[in-house]
Amino acid sequence: MSVLDSKVPKGPLKNKWTDYKNHIDLVNPANKRNIDVIVVGTGLAGGSACATLAELGYNVKAFAYQDSPRRAHSIAAQGGINAAKNYQGDGDSTYRLFYDTVKGGDYRSREANVYRLAEVSANIIDQCVAQGVPFARDYGGLLDNRSFGGVLVSRTFYAKGQTGQQLLLGAYSAMNRQIARGKIEMHNRHEMLDVVKVDGKARGIIARNLITGEIERHSAHAVVIASGGYGNVFFLSTNAMGSNVSAGWKIHKKGAFFANPCYTQIHPTCIPRSGDYQSKLTLMSESLRNDGRIWVPKNMEDVMAIREGRKKPTDLSEDERDYYLERRYPAFGNLVPRDVASRAAKERCDAGYGVNATGEAVYLDFASAITRYGTEQAKIQNIKNASEAKIYELGQAIVEAKYGNLFQMYEKIVDENPYKTPMMIYPAVHYTMGGVWVDYNLMTTVPGLYCIGEANFSDHGANRLGASALMQGLADGYFVLPYTIGDYLSDDIRTGKISTDSPEFIEAEKEAKERLEFFVTNKGEHSVDYYHKKLGKIMWDKCGMSRNEKGLKEAMAEIKALREDFWKNVSVPGGMNEMNPELEKAGRVADFIELGELFAKDALTREESCGGHFREESVELDGEQKGEAKRNDKDFAFVSAWEYKGEPADAVLHKEELEFNDIELKQRSYK
Amino acid sequence: MNLTLKIWRQKDSKTKGQMVDYKVTDISEHMSFLEMMDVLNEQLINAGEEPVAFDHDCREGICGMCSMYINGEAHGPDRGVTTCQLHMRMFKDGDTITIEPFRAKAFPVIKDLVVDRSSFDRIQHAGGYISVNTSGNTQDANATPISKHDADEAMDAATCIGCGACVATCKNSSAMLFVGAKVSQYALLPQGQVEATDRVKNMVAQMDLEGFGNCSNTGACEIECPKGISLENIARMNRELLKATFKS
Repeated sequence: MSVLDSKVPKGPLKNKWTDYKNHIDLVNPANKRNIDVIVVGTGLAGGSACATLAELGYNVKAFAYQDSPRRAHSIAAQGGINAAKNYQGDGDSTYRLFYDTVKGGDYRSREANVYRLAEVSANIIDQCVAQGVPFARDYGGLLDNRSFGGVLVSRTFYAKGQTGQQLLLGAYSAMNRQIARGKIEMHNRHEMLDVVKVDGKARGIIARNLITGEIERHSAHAVVIASGGYGNVFFLSTNAMGSNVSAGWKIHKKGAFFANPCYTQIHPTCIPRSGDYQSKLTLMSESLRNDGRIWVPKNMEDVMAIREGRKKPTDLSEDERDYYLERRYPAFGNLVPRDVASRAAKERCDAGYGVNATGEAVYLDFASAITRYGTEQAKIQNIKNASEAKIYELGQAIVEAKYGNLFQMYEKIVDENPYKTPMMIYPAVHYTMGGVWVDYNLMTTVPGLYCIGEANFSDHGANRLGASALMQGLADGYFVLPYTIGDYLSDDIRTGKISTDSPEFIEAEKEAKERLEFFVTNKGEHSVDYYHKKLGKIMWDKCGMSRNEKGLKEAMAEIKALREDFWKNVSVPGGMNEMNPELEKAGRVADFIELGELFAKDALTREESCGGHFREESVELDGEQKGEAKRNDKDFAFVSAWEYKGEPADAVLHKEELEFNDIELKQRSYK
Repeated sequence: MNLTLKIWRQKDSKTKGQMVDYKVTDISEHMSFLEMMDVLNEQLINAGEEPVAFDHDCREGICGMCSMYINGEAHGPDRGVTTCQLHMRMFKDGDTITIEPFRAKAFPVIKDLVVDRSSFDRIQHAGGYISVNTSGNTQDANATPISKHDADEAMDAATCIGCGACVATCKNSSAMLFVGAKVSQYALLPQGQVEATDRVKNMVAQMDLEGFGNCSNTGACEIECPKGISLENIARMNRELLKATFKS
């Protein structure tokens, strides 16, 4: 029997969440006033959790490294949020959203969690509209939807290309209401350095004030980690510069198991890298694949001519282009899931068909969408015999209304007009499905310690579908955690205030201080970024879009050597009692290096291909699916939950077997 | 390209600051402005000096964290972009670039180019929300149709990223565009009507309390706003405030 207990309620899938809610212990409103909850991170998950917990009556202490909760990286999510509303009448339902998400995750997520997510999805839209989130509407004044990869219905709600921004500002506004009422104590520009356990339970954190450098002790009856994903382990990703794994990694070292670290999402539509100085990669929303067609030239001569500037992509006729997604996956075409689209781009570029100087770019072309919309508009506006130019002008206006800000962003970065010439895109690290292991209550393996949003592992299996991250973040924060945490806190109504003078707090503070002291006194040779870039290169080359045993073993050894060198030779300017961005980075990179090694170990252990994890040794050898990823349900239908044992390489594997009672396990076919 | 940078250095909020000259070489025109700053900082660290502190996070123009007053303009010479989206192709070899923090009484300097914009948060605490509980029992999202025109206009106002360029660029350090955008978003939507009177009064009162100046309609804020928030939002806020004054 595994030490892991997922605590999934008994009974039919459809009734689990309702039955659960009907039978949990509640905390009465008078007692809630005596209970403190710490929330680390104020993005969609953390921000919505803060607002709801405060509204219920708990005293919330919230922490963010940015200068305001409104700046959390959820703000950068572009495309949309899924919800099983079936407003389009296209056959959507809770079950279908559940089914798509489990299938999209390549059957590596926990059924009961995903069903609950699909169930509460519709509430999220109602809630956000009530808060004043300006979702896109049609001319009748009702909410508009679009379609995303991996599904055959239109269930994605959006606010231009800034859906994440609008949802985050919604959660931020709900927080503001509670901050004004004194129910949320907001600590901006603060970073959690460690979690504090008293009698085995999470009872507080050690935090650093990033303006003064002061180290602070904060206590609470429960601690919630909502610190986002760890994509920056690759150095280059679409994450914000400050996004980090430290909160998740620190709790891992204090007893929280870390699940499926190797499940990373490489997003197919990002702006290709252009040079070594590059600090981050920029995503172009997946929504673009609704109207954009992805292609490379069919003939190698054309590839060369384009690279050398002798030909332009618009010079190539239709039959000289290889729309490889439409060719390989006729049923889903350009809207295959992200992992499939990314690997297909890599396959073409590896074969030499990449269209820019680095050989790592494919085209995303809007010409046919512009013509299609233009023709439609000409009909609507009753324009007879419209010229080609007129049709293009009409169509461009529609495309601009849909994706204007994305096109503008592309033009600013690349200095090319994407209405006139196709965009160039290439996959980049975007999201991490892996994260801290949690049970059905979203509690980690440490009592009283919760983990929500991207920071946990629970809902997306081995691959996340587009527009599902915002859904999960808000579901966890608004509608799931506020119930489940009450069940735990009902035992704490007599505990009283937690003292920060206990030996546990003193010891945790001392350790945190010692580490900071090391950084500012160690006068080594290399900057923090030097190590971060080296780590990123190992990760991208050996733990990236495709992985093999030899590479993963090398990666583990190389990361270990890098870690040893880091602790000898890193150099951090400035002191610890002041604002010091380099010192902040040093702590984060130290944790990324440890995580990177566990990441490689996890990828090495999982000898199958599933979702974003592609092992070259595990592919279909023949038949219609030849060359596609091959899952191994017999041996690997489990969650890998790693227990910390000192060295990342010594981590101990615990398996949570995944049971699928309501879905038949199948080869994921998008053909 | 090779550049001379004149940068505001200030140890902390209490110490007096000064402009300091630096040189950077081999800057690619494809770099973003912040990547150029990364190059400078790497150079400073390797020389054993303290790097320049500046705020930044998403580096794709949406979080509103980056600031900088570059050659006398908030977010630099390009239009419709934040500093992180400003590219070096806007400059030429041999240029001297002056880089200062956003300056306003309500935005005190914390260190170098980093300023404290928490006054913006406090204005939002005063009324930047609709009082609805997150019960999950709100009415169906489609129960109240909202005209596409109003929804689109509310969206345009809501795209404000709270960077503070409007304040930094205004000769009066006025925050009217920032406050006007939030007031407008809710004023345009039926959900925002119930609290409209109190909202505009409280937010404007807090804005005044924080030490932001008044609006004298020069429109510099609209031009420098990276998200193109329109001056109409200020007019709408004034209208809302007038309405609120007559009501009470």
